[in-house]
Amino acid sequence: MNKRYDAIVIGAGHNGLTNAAYLAKSGLDVLVLEKNSYIGGATVSRELHQDWLYSNCSYVCSLLRPEITRDLELPRHGLQVVPYGGSVSFCSNGDYFGDYPDHERQYREIARHSIRDANAYERYEADVMKQTRLIRPFLLRTPPDPVSLKPRDLKEMKYLMDAFADLGEEGLADTLRFWTMSIADYLNEYFETDVIKAHLAGSGIIGTALGVYSPGTAYVLLHHYMGDVDGTVGAWGFARGGMGAVSDALASSFRSFGGEIRVDSEVEQIIVKGNKAVGVALSSGEEIAANIVVSNLDPKRTFLNIMDEKDLPSDVVSKARNFKIRGSSGKLNIALDGLPTFNGIPKNSPLMQTDMHMLDSLERMERAYDDWKDGAWSADPYVDMLIPSQVDPTMAPPGKHMMTVFVQYAPPQINGRDWTDEDRDAFGKTVIDQIANYSPDFKDLILHCEVRTPREIENEVGLTEGNIFMGELTFDQLLFNRPFPGYAQYRGPISGMYMCSSGTHPGGGVMAAPGANAAREILADLKRPNLVPEAYADD
Amino acid sequence: MRSHDETMMLQTPFHSRVAKACELNQWDEWKGYTTPAAYTEVEQEYFAVRNSTGVFDLSPMTKYRITGADAELYLNKVMTRDVRKINPDRVGYTIWCNDAGQVMDDGTLFNFGENNYRLCSYTRVMDWLQWSAMGFDVEIIDETADFGALAVQGPTSCAVLKAMGFKGIEKLKPFGMSHFPFEDAEVMISRTGFTGDLGYELWVEPPKAITLWDRLFDAGSNLGIRAIGGNALEMVRIEAGFLQAGVDFVPAEETVRVGRSRSPFELGLGWLVDFDKGVFNGRQALLKEKREGSRYAFVFLDVEGNKPAEHSFILKGNKEIGTVTSAAWCPTAKSNIAFAQIESKYANSGENLTAEIYYQTELKWTRLLAKCRVIDSPVFSSPKRRQTPAPDF
Repeated sequence: MNKRYDAIVIGAGHNGLTNAAYLAKSGLDVLVLEKNSYIGGATVSRELHQDWLYSNCSYVCSLLRPEITRDLELPRHGLQVVPYGGSVSFCSNGDYFGDYPDHERQYREIARHSIRDANAYERYEADVMKQTRLIRPFLLRTPPDPVSLKPRDLKEMKYLMDAFADLGEEGLADTLRFWTMSIADYLNEYFETDVIKAHLAGSGIIGTALGVYSPGTAYVLLHHYMGDVDGTVGAWGFARGGMGAVSDALASSFRSFGGEIRVDSEVEQIIVKGNKAVGVALSSGEEIAANIVVSNLDPKRTFLNIMDEKDLPSDVVSKARNFKIRGSSGKLNIALDGLPTFNGIPKNSPLMQTDMHMLDSLERMERAYDDWKDGAWSADPYVDMLIPSQVDPTMAPPGKHMMTVFVQYAPPQINGRDWTDEDRDAFGKTVIDQIANYSPDFKDLILHCEVRTPREIENEVGLTEGNIFMGELTFDQLLFNRPFPGYAQYRGPISGMYMCSSGTHPGGGVMAAPGANAAREILADLKRPNLVPEAYADD
Repeated sequence: MRSHDETMMLQTPFHSRVAKACELNQWDEWKGYTTPAAYTEVEQEYFAVRNSTGVFDLSPMTKYRITGADAELYLNKVMTRDVRKINPDRVGYTIWCNDAGQVMDDGTLFNFGENNYRLCSYTRVMDWLQWSAMGFDVEIIDETADFGALAVQGPTSCAVLKAMGFKGIEKLKPFGMSHFPFEDAEVMISRTGFTGDLGYELWVEPPKAITLWDRLFDAGSNLGIRAIGGNALEMVRIEAGFLQAGVDFVPAEETVRVGRSRSPFELGLGWLVDFDKGVFNGRQALLKEKREGSRYAFVFLDVEGNKPAEHSFILKGNKEIGTVTSAAWCPTAKSNIAFAQIESKYANSGENLTAEIYYQTELKWTRLLAKCRVIDSPVFSSPKRRQTPAPDF
């Protein structure tokens, strides 16, 4: 072994870089190791077709904590997030439902379908906002250990209990319902129109191997609502230059503190000596020593792939094996020769610049999930699709466009066997046909298309089964149970080993909170001053 | 299937005339409609209401038609007051609460007779109306866009309507309504308003709206008629002591934070709650509150000096006991008035409090601790408001 680093972070995704940036800012000598030849993990912009940039994994930005953006000076390092606002669902009868960001226009559009639903939306919005207000303050806090008697855990448990108490009796009951209900049941309590329910239900299933009628999906919706752009809770934006701009800014911030990144450096093993992590071994055979090793890989990859089960307590091995991280989605990234036309809306509609969806009833959404359970991709898939090049001039040449198409559902395996290239192509065709059902000129505009099934996402990015959240966002795997009970405070089971991925609290999405929260714990263990900012207050 | 363009900003049936009269080109948005903030000069618009006649386009007000065999029974369950006491051809001011006894909005209920009602409100409430309609034989239709409405308010308003040819309009009692033939259709006139003075509201189907506007302004040309915008209306409603949903209270079902909604008692509207009429939404909670006392009280404050106490904290000694929701200098009453929500134990008539007022002149901010006093009633209430037959000026 050569140089000994203070800390090694495995994986140059956004959480790894965030974690590394705080450690480096504290004065530690930090090395980030990345298996790919490029950084970013699932937060990446790639030129896979000449002159086109693809946000080929994550594609929009809302959850990225503004406290971290500001604290790490990401704007100075090149990050600009432009809010887009709104969404649209196309109906099989040629109509559509447009969800405008302006409240009154949204009212008029819902009223076009149902006056009652338009009014009910106001109640729905208030009720969902109650839930986001509860959860948001916890994003930049370490979950308490509920059975610990340490002063800090007791204090954090009290903070948690107080937050629940603040909801009042009715609010508390609503919260328990919200965290355990299906998104379909929840929406049925508010709305009567199929397309409006289907439109809103999308946020409850994205990235999740559950159907709209599965308990727990209401919380997944919350996960998509709790972010903000410039204080507007629930708003989403484009990172200018694609999502890679987030990673690039984080990397630049990290380097400004003296940090070092090595690409093409796959970690094969965390080296453990005497119940302490002492460094890593690369697949090249090189060994690098460090006092601390932080894994930004998901819990399964961390404990089952790059650690020796013999070095681990059995309960961790068993919990990692049981960790739910099911593949449920795919992605198409498409270069377009021009802007496609969509049924019902003019090309200059503001809805063209929003996220677009294709299923107009809960029934069709559940059927799409049924296919997943049968080990097949959805024949009538749900998509979350955007054309960011309308807003971001860096994504495609003038007049040309880049389209990002997130697809639900795609199973981790096809009928129990691995995906083949033929399966991948057939999956891509299914999705393209689906879009073409609502856009007559779409197919003719396709210049290049990257199709990613769970197989490609797992192999290229390193997300087990291609699960975008690095573990299901169900109540059994949240808060002090994420990733597992007893290990929610970012410390691994052996000394000097930590976790900072989206597999830890508060979960997936390009949030940077797990990385920052883990840094706070590491700095505390090293008896160094905390550098991680507190969350902005909502009130 | 309607087109994309129909979700853009709406215009009232009077819009072509309103736009022409809106010489200042100052506009507001009101429930999705383009409405004027001011037409020519706010003070003059205000004094038209107080001195002659002001005309306000209130078409964006939310209107529901409620019919069916159970309409009266149903409305009696939704409203806190006894709806049976609102006779045919009469209008009642009313409020409604959620099951926690918290006010969702106030509004006016028009009884057209034979289980046929119109509910007119600021907020939209279709979801709650439908929710409450389970088990009742009623039909509820949103008729907001089906009727244009003009408020014709002020001392000469009756004379203007007489000059228009609405025979016998002077005999219409406060909160009464009557139908008059107009062109080949009809106009419904109610003696209602938001100004505390003599005044009427004219309700007409959209195709007749422009004619109504033109004939109204012709008839009023020698009676000081003037179109007024939202800014002038805000002055008169504060002077007359009228609450505004979304300003003086948050509609209960739209609150996100616990404790931010208000009960009728906390808004000084306890007189609209009738416990003797049987079951109604919020009754249990309101009975409990009546027994145990209210957290807050809504008060009118007479504030010393002439600086409006907008957004002020209200203090008792040095202790913060409440906040101002609406405030204005009242040009007719020559008073400085504030509406405030304060801890209920300080809401005694004559109680001396302090308003912490911040105001600026040429970017110099001044903090003023102004004495204020709880008063019993609004500072403006014209006797003409109740006079029948209505006076000519």
